[in-house]
Amino acid sequence: MATKKYPVVWLQGAGCTGCSVSVLNAVSPRIQNLLLDELVPGHQLNLLFHATIMAGQGEPVIEVLKDTEKDRKGGYILVVEGAIPTAEGGIYGSIGEKDGKHLTIVESVQELGRNALLTIAVGTCATFGGIPAAKPNPTGCKGVKEVFAENGIDTVVVNLPGCPLHPEWFTGTVSVILFSGVEALDLDDVARPKLFYGKLIHENCPRRADFDKGKFAQKLGDAGCLYELGCKGHYTYADCPLRQWNNGVSWCVKAGSPCIGCVEPTFPDGTSPMYEKVTFEELTWSQK
Amino acid sequence: MVTKIKIDPITRIEGHMAIEAVVDDGVVKDAKSAGTLFRGFEIILQGRDPRDANRLTQRICGVCPTAHATASALCLDDAFGLAGKVPDNGKLIRCLILGSNFLQSHILHFYHLAALDYVDAVSAVGDLAPFVPRYEGDYRVSGKANAELVNHYLKALDIRRKCQEMLSIFGGKMPHSIGIVPGGVTEKPTEDKITNFLWRLNEIRDFVDNVYIPDVVAVAKAYSDYFEIGKGCQRLLAYGGFDLPAGKLFKAGIMSSDLKPEPFAKENITEDVKHSWYADSGSGKNPAKGETKPDTKKKQAYSFIKSPRYKDKVCELGPLARMVSNYVQNDAKAKELVDSLLGQVGAGVDALFSVLGRHAARALESKLVADAMADWLTQLKPDKPAIVDSDISEESQGAGLTEAPRGAVGHWMTVKNKKVDRYQVITPTAWNASPKDDKGQPGAVEQAIIGTKVKDKENPFELVRIVRAFDPCLACSVHLLDFRGNRLGIFKVV
Repeated sequence: MATKKYPVVWLQGAGCTGCSVSVLNAVSPRIQNLLLDELVPGHQLNLLFHATIMAGQGEPVIEVLKDTEKDRKGGYILVVEGAIPTAEGGIYGSIGEKDGKHLTIVESVQELGRNALLTIAVGTCATFGGIPAAKPNPTGCKGVKEVFAENGIDTVVVNLPGCPLHPEWFTGTVSVILFSGVEALDLDDVARPKLFYGKLIHENCPRRADFDKGKFAQKLGDAGCLYELGCKGHYTYADCPLRQWNNGVSWCVKAGSPCIGCVEPTFPDGTSPMYEKVTFEELTWSQK
Repeated sequence: MVTKIKIDPITRIEGHMAIEAVVDDGVVKDAKSAGTLFRGFEIILQGRDPRDANRLTQRICGVCPTAHATASALCLDDAFGLAGKVPDNGKLIRCLILGSNFLQSHILHFYHLAALDYVDAVSAVGDLAPFVPRYEGDYRVSGKANAELVNHYLKALDIRRKCQEMLSIFGGKMPHSIGIVPGGVTEKPTEDKITNFLWRLNEIRDFVDNVYIPDVVAVAKAYSDYFEIGKGCQRLLAYGGFDLPAGKLFKAGIMSSDLKPEPFAKENITEDVKHSWYADSGSGKNPAKGETKPDTKKKQAYSFIKSPRYKDKVCELGPLARMVSNYVQNDAKAKELVDSLLGQVGAGVDALFSVLGRHAARALESKLVADAMADWLTQLKPDKPAIVDSDISEESQGAGLTEAPRGAVGHWMTVKNKKVDRYQVITPTAWNASPKDDKGQPGAVEQAIIGTKVKDKENPFELVRIVRAFDPCLACSVHLLDFRGNRLGIFKVV
């Protein structure tokens, strides 16, 4: 049986490359498998464009974007990392030169988004705006879904927030899409797959027993629940405590840091100050 | 004939960058390096809890977040009066976290960012994206040797991942670790973690010794003319870094081509803005006092990056600066490593100021850091604390200077009413990729490009090899201009 190939264009907007680096940390499958092998039987990704790892540069790689949009309508997956700067017509962010002019991120995301099979927004910047969109949002940064909505683009957007996102949230989502189709993804009200973002951190936290017993850390480095130190696990939905990070080595709360709520739409303004404890309202409003 | 070569985007770096070179009769006469993305972190940091800066500034860069974690923690230590109080365990674990990040960053840089300019991946894996399109022509390693380098490209993906996993033992997660905080670190050094860390480190050291350094030597032998290309400004600057109980691993210093070290003082750092989008009234100020107003109508400006200078002089920062600084200040390990490598490739110390010199310094530095990390692990004391408690000061100032994988990095902060009043960062790529300064002196990357012979204008390998040897990090440099909350006007980026 012939392998079905899914061309992938990975665009980087106003971000830090941390989500790309996180995907490089994938373990099973490894990044080598994502690039070179059938990810699931009969289905393979074909990464046409990724500025951090692609061999080419300059005009020839901008041609790759043009060709993809034109020749593969409805047949490629667009991945967006980083927020979309929209102020002043998008001049705060460009990804290269096209026809003698700056190809802005906002322009490129719209052009490629309009004709994509689907769009995956990776990381909190691409999904909800993240830190670049934090007050006072000097460059008018927005998430992909918002930019699509404002411009009448109805391509499906799957949101995989996190600062950065966990590599398995990406490889797992792609696996669902390749095995069963994008419609098989059960998304929450902000387009996150419930498979990864369906559980409250607080409910699966290894320090939960300390919370129940009222044993609270009073300063960083202490044992006990990190509630008094500002932990946002009380209203943050992600499977970090179960999945853990970096091949299962650790995760924020295990290593003694309060959760900063990095997967939430309000990050970072709504989850700051990071070391101030959550209010009673916050503690109770998100018990789904 | 005068022609212009424009490479936009420069790929296989961190971030968004463009290079323009004016070529006359095959030789670069003028060059411009420009960043093409701006986020405005300092504006965003204003008015926030100072402790949050330690979390937020890491998000400047997903490749070297722990360098910003370290610089911001040192800055907050300074502001909160903790500088002399961080326990030895805290200092050592901070260095183990930063060291792990150095190793992942350097291995990633050589194999996954730079190597495709030298190694013919297509002959090994076929005509497959993302290995095509690419520049065609000057690939000089072939057959079995080339296939082995491609295999190492794949193997290095695993090793750099394992560096992140090692880091997470004390850092919690990567990218954007959580371990390094004001006063020390959040994790305790238990015996099981020390052993776990050590055995991961042993595998990485084995790779550095037996794969990475030999591969750099092999590439250097095949491309030995690159010991002559990309000489640059020949003035190196290291702030010094890795603050250990017994002092710094890397010594601060400023070195010109005569290799006589001058002492470093942070008060001598200034930033020019003549060719950047800021009002000239803010030019030439020290970052602790710098006040910058955007001026987007300046005709001569062409970059979002300002021009940091030391005593008005252009400097290059990075592994080369650090290795040379330790070398000329008689650090026995640095001397042994540098002399041994130069002997293997038959080059003199002068050859370090070059494309290959920068790659070699990065590889040797990986060994220097990895070997030192094994010693630091044995100094940890499981029964002792790793952090001291801290309070936010009502009003204070702080500075945190350290070394990032790409060179020296500094954070400066002023706190008023327990909130960030002002936060400023100068990154190594701001120095290296800076535009011309007030005196018209081009930045370090620009100087390294100017004078270069370009053999094939359609495939200008020389230019991208020079730029990538600096390991530019645009997310760090371009997003970090020190606006003070002023709204930007309309402007164009050249």
